[in-house]
Amino acid sequence: MSKNKKKNYELKAVSINNLSHSYGKDLNKKKVLNNVNLFIQKGELVLLKGPSGCGKTTLLTLIGALRTCQSGDLTVLNNQLNGASSKTRQKLRRNIGMIFQGHNLLRCLTAEQNVQMGADLLKGFTYIQRRQIARKWLSAVGLEDHHKKLPSDLSGGQKQRVAIARALSANPKLLLADEPTSALDSVTGREIVMLLRKLAKEQNCSVLMVTHDPRITDMADRILNMEDGKIYSALSELK
Amino acid sequence: MNFSFLKYRKIPLAWLLLTRQPLRLIVAIAGISFAGILMFMQLGFRDGLFDTSVTIHKLLDADLVLISPRSKSSISMSGFPRRRLIQAMALNEVERIAPVNLNYLLWRNPENLKTRSILALGFNPADSLLLGDGFTEKADRLKSPGRVLFDKLSRPEFGPIEEWFLSEKRVETEVAGKRVIVEGLVELGPSFGADGNLITSRETFLRLFPSNPKGSIEIGLVKLRSGSNPISISRTLNNSLPNDVRVLTKKEFIEFEKNYWRNSTAIGFIFSLGALMGFVVGCVVVYQILYSDVTDHLPEYATLLAMGYRLKSLFFVVAREGFLLAFFGYLPAYFSGQILYSVVRNSTKLPIFMDANKTILIFVLILIMCMGSAGVAMRKLVEADPAEIF
Repeated sequence: MSKNKKKNYELKAVSINNLSHSYGKDLNKKKVLNNVNLFIQKGELVLLKGPSGCGKTTLLTLIGALRTCQSGDLTVLNNQLNGASSKTRQKLRRNIGMIFQGHNLLRCLTAEQNVQMGADLLKGFTYIQRRQIARKWLSAVGLEDHHKKLPSDLSGGQKQRVAIARALSANPKLLLADEPTSALDSVTGREIVMLLRKLAKEQNCSVLMVTHDPRITDMADRILNMEDGKIYSALSELK
Repeated sequence: MNFSFLKYRKIPLAWLLLTRQPLRLIVAIAGISFAGILMFMQLGFRDGLFDTSVTIHKLLDADLVLISPRSKSSISMSGFPRRRLIQAMALNEVERIAPVNLNYLLWRNPENLKTRSILALGFNPADSLLLGDGFTEKADRLKSPGRVLFDKLSRPEFGPIEEWFLSEKRVETEVAGKRVIVEGLVELGPSFGADGNLITSRETFLRLFPSNPKGSIEIGLVKLRSGSNPISISRTLNNSLPNDVRVLTKKEFIEFEKNYWRNSTAIGFIFSLGALMGFVVGCVVVYQILYSDVTDHLPEYATLLAMGYRLKSLFFVVAREGFLLAFFGYLPAYFSGQILYSVVRNSTKLPIFMDANKTILIFVLILIMCMGSAGVAMRKLVEADPAEIF
């Protein structure tokens, strides 16, 4: 690898070339990703838009190392995921923060403990330090007064904010979010995206966000449109 | 001591998962405890049976015991010629001998006049039959015919003999249809074979059981001079005496009795099977609880996998849940077992005690039950697909 090419490669958080993915077998086979090409720079906030069933979630799960890659090249945080072992993918996931549409908080844990589950993946921190990290991120999403509450005692928006704090507490280098602002009001939604943008810029953390929320599009570095398994406006620069 | 593991501890996820639904936890603990109590009771009864079957054997004042080769146990003793015991005296190492008759006779409760089978031992009051202080003095009272010593640990169905005797009331009743007077009390204890015991002289025994041949005895006790080796003397006697008698050391005699209950009857098997049933019931209960717990939390486990937690870490969470269930299920089983043992002891006089062997064995069984069930429930965890949670 030449020096320039290597430098260029290291600047990319995600690098995808001709990625295809399908579900089912034989006659039932359905192609959901069709030769997708995508590059996300470090510290970049990218929005991914597209109709339901166009392959956004599949793309997120492949980048998130939750699925094995079928064809094409997929490199995430300098990890080549084609044919990667489950151990490699599991290790990579520790550097990827994920925010799910359904928040998926652990029902038996308080808001603080849920966030601390993310911080528990950090090495070299004591229990108390990890708890402080959890408190810090809970404050960042405006839930410092709710740290003792169980998910059942929180509203939908509050749960989503806890899920965001949990994803951020593990100090991720890449953040994947599926409709993170759908359950939030416009002010909170913008605040959260501002927070993610700040994180992206300050900590060089890349953010790929699937969203249909028009209230936050002005904060993205790029907006990608996806349809029928293809990204067709990958270079639409907004800023 | 190094407590750094406390400093770097993680959130106690297994504990929090278990305690999230207190009612389900209580049901799980109750199920495990029930299985534990069942095992405690079954093994307690089994050990109690083995212990009580040799209560008298342990008390016999002898180094060697002669019995008929046809004898199976204390409940089916056959007779052998008394002269074999006298022949044993030919050895210099033999200090003294004591012939003993043993059989079941019908005792009449002097209060309600109902009859019940009682184990009767007949011996010569001048001989030493049992170990323990004061027995020789009591044995002297048996020199008059029709006198018996009653086992005060016998079941209450034999009548308020101890109470009457201690109130210095003359205790008179019938044994095998013949009048006897209780001249004293001894402490032997009932067994699965005998609900009660009495000791009398051979003369009285033969009067109560006239069909027993006079020259025949069921047990021959041999006391050796100090320093003699019971094993080699028993070998010598077995080689020199005819085949109508068998010589055992006292230890072998105790094992002979225990082996009968253990191997020749279904009782040992039944109690072991009962304990096994408890184990199986416990396995099913714990498996159901852990399986439904894992199924219930599958999306949460999948989330943890998506976050970068290893599947192995989640296995440990389930294993810890299994361990916690074992620990908290065992405690009530242990304390309930103690109470139930006491109830059984008081109502049946069976020597059922919580010994270290049972305490450890049941804990290990409960631990295997819980960890095994956790192991099977872990298979469900493999189904947790982190890709499905998006």
